[in-house]
Order: sequence, then structure tokens, then C-alpha cells
Amino acid sequence: MFDDFFIRALVAGIGVAFITGPLGCFVVWRRLSYFGDTLAHSALLGVTIALSLEFNIALSVFITASVIALFLIQLQKKTNLPGDALLGLLAHSSLGIGLVAIGFLSFIRFDVMGLLFGDILAVTTNDLLVIWIGGILILLTLGFIWKPLFASTVNYELAEAEGLKPDIAKAIFTLLMAAVIALSIKMIGLLLITGMLIIPAAFARNLSDTPKKMVLFSIIGGLLSVFLGLFSSLKFNTPSGPSIITAALILFVISLFKIKQTIKLKN
Amino acid sequence: MSLDKNTLVRLKDAGIKQDEKWLVKGVSLEVNRGKIITLIGPNGSGKSTTAKIALGIYKNYEGSVEKFTNKIGYVPQKISIDWTLPLRVADFMVLTENLSADEIEEALSLTGVNHLVNKNLGNLSGGEFQRVLLARAISKKPDLLVLDEPVQGVDFTGEIALYELIKKISEKLNCGILLISHDLHMVMSATDHVVCLNGHVCCSGSPTDVAKDKEYKALFGDQASQTLSIYEHKHDHEHTDDGKIKQKN
Repeated sequence: MFDDFFIRALVAGIGVAFITGPLGCFVVWRRLSYFGDTLAHSALLGVTIALSLEFNIALSVFITASVIALFLIQLQKKTNLPGDALLGLLAHSSLGIGLVAIGFLSFIRFDVMGLLFGDILAVTTNDLLVIWIGGILILLTLGFIWKPLFASTVNYELAEAEGLKPDIAKAIFTLLMAAVIALSIKMIGLLLITGMLIIPAAFARNLSDTPKKMVLFSIIGGLLSVFLGLFSSLKFNTPSGPSIITAALILFVISLFKIKQTIKLKN
Repeated sequence: MSLDKNTLVRLKDAGIKQDEKWLVKGVSLEVNRGKIITLIGPNGSGKSTTAKIALGIYKNYEGSVEKFTNKIGYVPQKISIDWTLPLRVADFMVLTENLSADEIEEALSLTGVNHLVNKNLGNLSGGEFQRVLLARAISKKPDLLVLDEPVQGVDFTGEIALYELIKKISEKLNCGILLISHDLHMVMSATDHVVCLNGHVCCSGSPTDVAKDKEYKALFGDQASQTLSIYEHKHDHEHTDDGKIKQKN
């Protein structure tokens, strides 16, 4: 019934959902959605660098996003501009530079749409290995820094005072964000990857009263979105990345009713 | 480096400058095991800043800060919890230290809020939240407790009970306590050493010495030194959390 490419897409999507679920919770808690967007936009630049230097795409995207993140931290220290203005500046200028660079790479046939919106149906077995091995490493690292990262998300000064070294945790988390974007850009696309981080986490927030439950529901929400999105993409012949995000949105809307119910119960 | 085993944190001529202006300057103090040291002073006198220098939250300080322990419990003056975080009291208790359910229960009982363990942190009243903060800080059995206005928003009888608890904790855990407070007469009875701040150390010493000090009177007025009598507990019964009189066992 299913073709190989579809099975590969499912396995890739499951991998992505497992990574974006927990990280997405931190993106929501730490208010980093625009930051995630900025890193994702910089990925285009990373891809063009990889193509022109014939370098590994995922690695190049990871390095570019990390450099942009470092650059942002420096800018925050040196200017009086608000954070969101700096993020917008970096997001759109790196997107602009990336597109200009693509213009110069006319000798390479290049699927810009696939890069912007992802093409999960085109993943190779090699991609699957990268996602799953990279994903396991990301989750292990996140587990390792969970305590200081979560404590400083709740209150930075408490974490710092009680010796948890939140600055190191934050720096590692930034690298993890860059890594997630590098791994999932091919599947979900750079314009939609932040959606995959935020929407399942938002869905989970509506259903959970503890942080661990929210992480669990966020993963479940991501998995459901991947299944629903991919199957409807197959059935209605819609683009896969946008279908997954649409499915996530539908789940979120359904989760809103659960909130209404609990509010009613409380009154 | 030779050091007194009982010293937990030592500030020497410590201060912090922001935009060419000193927030607090030339503070020397020592927190020792089993002792309570209290910082008093008017608003903006640098009490919280001094505590944050001692804790290592502020890193661009002048002078020297030596810390001899990493087991620290901190009750900050201001803390706001984001509603985006689904956080129950139980989750907040294990924020920086892994505790068993029994340990959580025990600490929350000490401050009289064990019935709130499964409540969402955002739904607590100011006084309840303050009790949870204090419970969290003592639950990890720290060597050093830094309490910045720990009883703010707590009702009057609760305040007395919590100060008595703080004194009991310092004896039971044999920890050092750095306490910041503005309600002088409440604090003084339990304190071993008082440091009076106003951007710098105005005076310091035992509570009775400080109360007699001219600088202290200048800062708080004559009346303050009169109210500074040791608080005597006249309440002969305790209340349960719902306000009923607790039966003595």
C-alpha cells in the first residue's frame, strides 16, 4: 500500500517530532520563537555556502546558525536596540544574503521551494541516519542540561545563586536549536520549522499541568501532526511540510476546547 | 589559603558600580555556620545587591568575595513565574535539587503549606507563595541560606511563626543565614549580628549595639530604636491553616 518513499518520510517525521517536541517546549517557555525563526532563516545562507563549497549541507547550516546566534549575542551587548529588532535584522538580512547568493549559483539546479517548505517525501536512507543519530545526541544533551536549563527558565537568579551554571546551559541550548534546524530543514523547510517547534508545544500547554507532561504531550502532538499531515498529503496530493503544520494547527484548535472545559469545571 | 572552617561566605570591601555610580560600596561581612546575620537599611540602600554579590549573581563586583560552600538556598525578593510554564508546587520544589516526595512534604509542612503541593504555582496567594519559596530553600538542607525579605506578604502571626522557624532551622541544620529585612523589631531577637546599610556599611554589631548607634538613629529615627525591644511571644496557641486553633499534642 505504501511506497518506500512514504515509509522513509514517516520515519523521518517521527524522528523530527521526537526532537522538536521537547525543544519546542523550551522555545515556548523561554519566548524564543522569533529567535528560532531567525536561526531558520539563516539556514538558507548555510545551504548556499554548502552548495558552493561542496560541503555537507546539515553541517554547514548548523555552523551558520551557530555563528548567527553568537553574532546576535554580541549585538545585544553592543547596541541599545530591542531584542526583536535585532532578531528581525538578522533574520531578514541572512535570508536576503542567502537568496542573493543563490542568484550567483546559477550553475547549480536548485529547489528553493523545497528549502523554504521542506520536502519530506524526498528523504534518503542517509538522511534518516543523520536525523535519528543526530536526534538521539540532541535529546541526550538536552537531558543532560535539563536541570540547569529548566531552573534558569523559571528563574535565572535562583539557578545562578544555587550553583547550577545557567549560562553554560543556555549556550548549549542555543547550539541544540541550531542543530535541530540543521537536521529538520530538509523535511519541514526553513519557513515552517519554527511552526513544528511551537505549535505542538502550544497544543501540549493546553493539556498539561506539569513541565514533564507538557514535553510528553508536545512529542505526541508532533507525532500526530506528522501522521495526519503525511497521510492527508498522500490522499489529497497536498505539499507535505505545509500539511504537517496544518495538521498541528488543527490539533491545537481541538486542544482549545479542553481548556474551555477545565475553565467551566473550575467555576 | 587558611580559612576558618565555620565561615561560609566572606565579603571584603565588596561593592558594585553601575554607570559610574556605586550601588553599594565597601561592604565587609562574614556569614558563619550556625549564625544569623541580618542586613537592614532603607529602600535602595543596597541590601539585595549585597546579597546578590555574595551569591555570585552579580559578577562585575569590586573587592573580594570568598565562598566556601556550594550548598546554598536562596529566597529572592522578587520572583515572577511565567504563566506559559505549567508548574506545580511539587515541580518548583525540585527545581535545583532532586528531592523525594517525603522530603518535599516535610519541607512544605515546616512552613505550613503541605496542602498546596499539587496546586499550580500561579494560583497561590502572595503569602502562600512566600512560604513555598522558603520551604524550597530549606528543603535542600543548605549550608548557607540567603533570605531576601522572606516573609513579605505573610500575615502577622504567620510572620512570627516563620521567623521562629528560621531560627530553628539555623540551629537544626547548623547553617549560616544571611537575612534581609526591613521589619526591624521582628528580626532582631533572632539575629546574632546586624549590618546596617545605606549604600555603605553605616554600622554593624550585635542588635543592641546597633540600636544604640547614632548612625542607626539618624537613618531610622529615634522611634526605631525604641521599638527595637526584643519581641516577646504572647500568643499561647497556634493556628492551623484554615484558621482554627491547633490542638497541642
